[in-house]
Amino acid sequence: MRWLMNVLTSSIGAKALMAATGLILVLFLVGHMVGNLQLFGGPDMLNGYAEFLHSKPLVLWVVRLGMIAAVLLHILSSIRLTLLNNRARPTAYKLKRPISSTFASRNMFLTGLVVAAFVTYHLLHFTFRATHPAFATLKDAHGRFDVYSMVVQSFSDPLIAGAYIVALVLLGLHLWHAIGSTFQSLGLMSPKLQPIVSAMSLALAGLLVLGNVAMPIAVLLGLVARTQGVTLP
Amino acid sequence: MTLMKLTLRIWRQKNARTEGQFVTYQLDNVSEHMSFLEMLDVLNEGLVAKGEEPVAFDHDCREGICGACSLMINGYPHGPLPKTTTCQLHMRHFKDGDVITVEPWRARAFPVIKDCVTDRSAFDRIMQAGGFISVRTGGTPDANALPIRKRSADLSMDAAACIGCGACVAACKNASAMLFVAAKVGQFAHLPQGQVERKERVKAMIGRMDVEGFGNCTNTYDCEGACPKQIPRRFINEMNRDFIWAALTE
Ligand code: HEM
Ligand code: SF4
Ligand code: FES
Repeated sequence: MRWLMNVLTSSIGAKALMAATGLILVLFLVGHMVGNLQLFGGPDMLNGYAEFLHSKPLVLWVVRLGMIAAVLLHILSSIRLTLLNNRARPTAYKLKRPISSTFASRNMFLTGLVVAAFVTYHLLHFTFRATHPAFATLKDAHGRFDVYSMVVQSFSDPLIAGAYIVALVLLGLHLWHAIGSTFQSLGLMSPKLQPIVSAMSLALAGLLVLGNVAMPIAVLLGLVARTQGVTLP
Repeated sequence: MTLMKLTLRIWRQKNARTEGQFVTYQLDNVSEHMSFLEMLDVLNEGLVAKGEEPVAFDHDCREGICGACSLMINGYPHGPLPKTTTCQLHMRHFKDGDVITVEPWRARAFPVIKDCVTDRSAFDRIMQAGGFISVRTGGTPDANALPIRKRSADLSMDAAACIGCGACVAACKNASAMLFVAAKVGQFAHLPQGQVERKERVKAMIGRMDVEGFGNCTNTYDCEGACPKQIPRRFINEMNRDFIWAALTE
């Protein structure tokens, strides 16, 4: 235990922890997006998928607990590292210019904070339905919980859709640096792999953004059919 | 020969305990053939002639091999010219009328001693923690008595090119010393002589690096861009791998 703490609080161990937890989050994001894209398959498909997930409470809770642990470790470790890093340069430069770094790589904590705020809102919105308690009563023709209507009605509000789009773009910025960075942090990079990993990082981050923003954008453009259900206040 | 008029904004600080501030100086007749340090020499001669304290800055070899010179010049460690130490930076890369901002390296682990001189002995202590080989290697061996692959020898030499200047720390937004330590770990990791203490070395040097108060790497690679010796990021990756492996097999 002591050994583990020593490793995880060392500079490289802490980065390996960031990378490992980050990787878990990325894998989840991929699964989450693929699942949700069933929105485009219509209410039957999406609501069926949601019901299928909830019919496996054990799997659901293992995934949920794993995600909570990964998110907590990732965020706590990032706060600790950011504080240490700020302390490592107590006097700022009058003039300091970036050389090889990117906007995304320099602003990981900032984009991370936006993502954290967004995830909190997202959970309150769709998982706990605290922002719109009326959603809880939505039922589709088969008597299942109507996820489809909840999503479509939410994203019909340009404010909500806009917030999702902005947050997802910033998440994309986080991931653009993060995915490639993971390889280096875990010592899996090599000069040969470097261009491939960079391209893959951009591609996967781009794919995750596009796939996810496609949903609010399609609803805003009226490309996704509306169904019955509650009207938003 | 072109002569330039320059405005210099230089960090002046009496000693480690006092607060510093920027002082502006005008220099006329700066030759484009001067090195940056020679330009500062001219400034200092003028200051001494006026009975003022000359600007303190580090330098030794003035040929780009010792790692003594430093200086943050216009926001870049060792100035805006890539792959070049401050002593090898020439004034032809500036133009008449330029305003040049000169600051010391800024890092908690590199406290300012005076003006633009910082105490970089934290690097020495990292070296003392593991930057050596303690196996008996005997006298000078015959050439090729110990076969080393060309590729390994080259990589070791690439890492050994690090002159310990600290530009990587200066450039890093986290004041991380990872590139320096990676070079010093990497120069041994590719040689047979370095294998015996390989795991202990990486743990000891990283341990010391953390104690000295350097920041943590976030893989932004400004270090690589600032390094006058072009130490590549691959050595950081290899050090990460060595450290993780050493921790897992403890
Ligand atoms: C969906 C959520 C998130 C995902 C998928 C994610 C993914 C990642 C990944 C893969 C890394 C790379 C680790 C490495 O460099 O080795 C990373 C780094 C990082 N993340 Fe996250 N992250 C998420 C949320 C957050 C949140 C909520 C915060 C903070 C409030 C945060 C802050 C950071 C910081 C500070 C770094 C390190 C920066 C760096 O090394 O350049 N992340 N993230
Ligand atoms: S790695 Fe490069 S920048 Fe860092 S100390 Fe060595 S020579 Fe200087
Ligand atoms: S003075 Fe020796 S490297 Fe510049």
